[in-house]
Amino acid sequence: MLAAVHRLPGAPLLSSILGRLGFSQRAIVVAVPYLWLIAFFAVPFVIVLKISFAESIIARPPFTPLFGEHGIDLRTKSYSYLFHDALYLRAYIHSGKVALISTLLCLLLGYPMAYGMARARSTLRTALLMLVILPFWTSFLIRVYAWIGILKNNGVINNILIWLGIIHEPIGMMNTDFAVYIGIVYNYLPFMILPLYANLEKMDVSLLEAAFDLGCRPLKAFFVITVPLSLPGIIAGCMLVFIPAVGEYVIPELLGGPNSLMIGRVLVNEFFENHDWPVASAVAIAVLLLLVVPLMIFQHYQNKQAGSAA
Amino acid sequence: MKNLSWAVIAILVLGFIFLYGPIVSLVIFSFNTSKLVTVWGGFSTHWYAQLLRDTEVLDAVSLSLRIGALSATLSCILGTMAGYILARFRIFTGRIIFGGMVTAPLVMPEVITGLSLLLLFVSMEDIVGWPRGRGFLTIAIAHITFTMSYVAVVMQSRFSSLDISLEEAAQDLGARPWKVFFVITLPIVFPAILSGWLLAFTISLDDLVITSFTSGPGSTTLPMVIFSRVRLGLNPEINAMATIIVMLVALGVMVSTLWLAYKEKQRQRDIHLAIQANQ
Amino acid sequence: MEIQKSPLLQTENKFQPWVRPTEKPYIRIEGITKKFGDFVAVRNVSLNIYRGELFALLGGSGCGKTTLLRMLAGFEKPTEGRIFIDDVNMAEIPPYERPTNMMFQSYALFPHMTVEDNVAFGLKQDKVPPKQIRERVAEMLSLVKMTPLAKRKPHQLSGGQRQRVALARSLAKLPKLLLLDEPLGALDKKLREATQFEIMNIQDRLGITFIVVTHDQEEAMTLATRIGVMDQGQIVQTGTPAEIYEFPHNKFVADFIGSANMFEGRIVEDEPDHVTIAAPDMAKKIYIDHGISSAPGAQVWTAIRPEKIRLTKLPGNGSPPEYNYAEGVVKGVAYMGNLSIYLVKLDSGKEIRVTMTNETRAAESPIQWEDRVAVTWRSNSAVPLLS
Repeated sequence: MLAAVHRLPGAPLLSSILGRLGFSQRAIVVAVPYLWLIAFFAVPFVIVLKISFAESIIARPPFTPLFGEHGIDLRTKSYSYLFHDALYLRAYIHSGKVALISTLLCLLLGYPMAYGMARARSTLRTALLMLVILPFWTSFLIRVYAWIGILKNNGVINNILIWLGIIHEPIGMMNTDFAVYIGIVYNYLPFMILPLYANLEKMDVSLLEAAFDLGCRPLKAFFVITVPLSLPGIIAGCMLVFIPAVGEYVIPELLGGPNSLMIGRVLVNEFFENHDWPVASAVAIAVLLLLVVPLMIFQHYQNKQAGSAA
Repeated sequence: MKNLSWAVIAILVLGFIFLYGPIVSLVIFSFNTSKLVTVWGGFSTHWYAQLLRDTEVLDAVSLSLRIGALSATLSCILGTMAGYILARFRIFTGRIIFGGMVTAPLVMPEVITGLSLLLLFVSMEDIVGWPRGRGFLTIAIAHITFTMSYVAVVMQSRFSSLDISLEEAAQDLGARPWKVFFVITLPIVFPAILSGWLLAFTISLDDLVITSFTSGPGSTTLPMVIFSRVRLGLNPEINAMATIIVMLVALGVMVSTLWLAYKEKQRQRDIHLAIQANQ
Repeated sequence: MEIQKSPLLQTENKFQPWVRPTEKPYIRIEGITKKFGDFVAVRNVSLNIYRGELFALLGGSGCGKTTLLRMLAGFEKPTEGRIFIDDVNMAEIPPYERPTNMMFQSYALFPHMTVEDNVAFGLKQDKVPPKQIRERVAEMLSLVKMTPLAKRKPHQLSGGQRQRVALARSLAKLPKLLLLDEPLGALDKKLREATQFEIMNIQDRLGITFIVVTHDQEEAMTLATRIGVMDQGQIVQTGTPAEIYEFPHNKFVADFIGSANMFEGRIVEDEPDHVTIAAPDMAKKIYIDHGISSAPGAQVWTAIRPEKIRLTKLPGNGSPPEYNYAEGVVKGVAYMGNLSIYLVKLDSGKEIRVTMTNETRAAESPIQWEDRVAVTWRSNSAVPLLS
């Protein structure tokens, strides 16, 4: 079936016409995804940036135009708003804190798991890897939902503890930061484990043997050989958890209390409830600024990995 | 396991309990008669029957599947091209920017991607009058844009590991570049494209935030329905739906595992054949 | 070239088109240079190859031999220079239209196609009628003795079988020129030797011109009608295997092909029928039985192959010869079965390698560790090198 595709008159004909116009086949192949990404990834950011410098008005669209009657009309009201209303600063700091703590928890749980998987027998290894990936194929929303049933006052944990007689009053776990941490760690754990596993699995075991042979004890060898060598995996895993966690919306919305204001929630509220597009855009830009460094680290790692694969 | 300390094994076991416990509890309580979900009131399949009569859910499922199939297919085409470019075209103007645009959506917080796409669609409608309103089309465009990154990453690594001399050999034997791609390259990487498609399809089916930003009245996807109900608290119908999803995924994984095992057996037989033939 | 004077090369009725001035070269490489950025991979290479030759490009890794091959196939464009195959300029001809085929180092068999389909692939591209394709494929498979395995996929074959399929596939179109990139590199030693002769047989039967790239000098020596030795992007010497071994042009070739002991020295006299060289490492002057037309006093290196040196135990009977003589102590003996390798430290301190066939039984070997020995060779054994 595939073999028949090249016989379609379209593709070669198009390429030869474009070729005569001075476009190489290579340029065409590059142009299609490039233009798509520019149109639907790059341009939208420019628009967000533009709107963040407007002011909210009651009109359609609900913001002041960039090219007003008196030339370019840049207004920084949205940004000054971000700095003057303590709510935004709190949400900002809180998002960073939640993302950071969840990332560390993921690392703490994920590293030994990835290590154990990488050192397991090869038959077992495939099965364990499958088990880590499997939840990813089920719905994200449902995985968050599952924790409501476990954490709430008449949920699984409280019911069991009361039934065992350990407690008499349910512990309030739902609608707390604790629930948010659980939710993030639960959902993002595979993103931590997979790059770590990929890294640890490639590691040459004879390096550790050489360290033992030279008189290094196992625990020390782990910290001076294994951990430094797995640093790229650690960084990749942490970035894969930290960056999306900062802007997480669903988990704090469903599991967190009204006080666990994270920046993603603020953005959605500004946009959908207050209909303040400029402030929502300014919040988005501010989040991006917070994430520039982690994003660049991630990019750097991606490029390096792509380079070594080739 | 060789030389694994008990601590590591214990964490591994606990980790997997942590990963699977909530899913198991979802499944168990989906068969609960009680509407209170987590308070056991006897076995029942009542919620499944109710779910299958729920037209709002069924409509949402159908919409989600259509969007998923369309966006997975298009994102496979774009993502395969992007992966090929990243793996094979070492130098061209704007390669770094291109690489950044391909991988950034992988980690970009969804609220930002969603907001920026919505603002784009609104601006486009104001300026060029297209797309008119938001719905199927805008959701599909949004999904293609962020799922193509996943496909691109999968395909980049596949193309990087593909021996370039296979393509050179085909050219050397007289096949033109287009033909080489369709007759040699594409069939060889086809399994990777297939897994890229599945990945894109799953992510598209699952997405809530970006979809909420880019959808309009009348286009409510399954995650949107689930979210609006879950917000109000536990809902036994959702448990039933979760169970169905888990079963489907488990079935899919089982089939693919069996298929892989069969393939592996065949491979072993082939190796044996090759060794035999050598004598 | 002074080489043609040698009686060794005067054998008539042998396949030697390059010695006939009237013979037209089939492949002409004219001043080819290839740069990758600042790196010059191939530097001003000119080469004529004749119809029916099996030409080997020999050199270490990174010497530019594969780049040269890929320019012939059309995968790389020369920065400068031209390539003609059968009088057609290849400059603007893409790989898929060239009359060349290539056998890749990795074999590059299409994993999703059977052996048969792999061999038929090239013919299908040329829209050859199906009946003819079937016939040619059958012919090629029987040529490489793969007929019984025609329906197999590449991963169901052993390394040696894959190599044959790759050969059959590249031969199927009967190209004007077949390019082979390290054709035996992936095979083990025994299989390699057997396959060498098979390739020679096939080449002989089909009469196709072959260019083989290899880093293995033994392989080049066995296979090739002529060898081009490459170093740092240049061809440093072209000649038959015997010419290259016996009359290397410079120190690199002498050292790269086989092994050679090198003596630095200065020309004392240079006559048409002999040269004498004063080498500080030798007790007596070096005498070579032909002239090299150089200035007296010029710096020169004398290369002598280990097997051309004779060792005799000291004290011997009779007086030492007038030329080609040094004394030393045996510092190592390696018994290799058919021959022994001796490491001799000359009185000057220089160490040399000598191999001698074991004509007598090992136990009776007269030369031992720490024996004092005389080192001599015949006047036609050493080669003077000016660079």
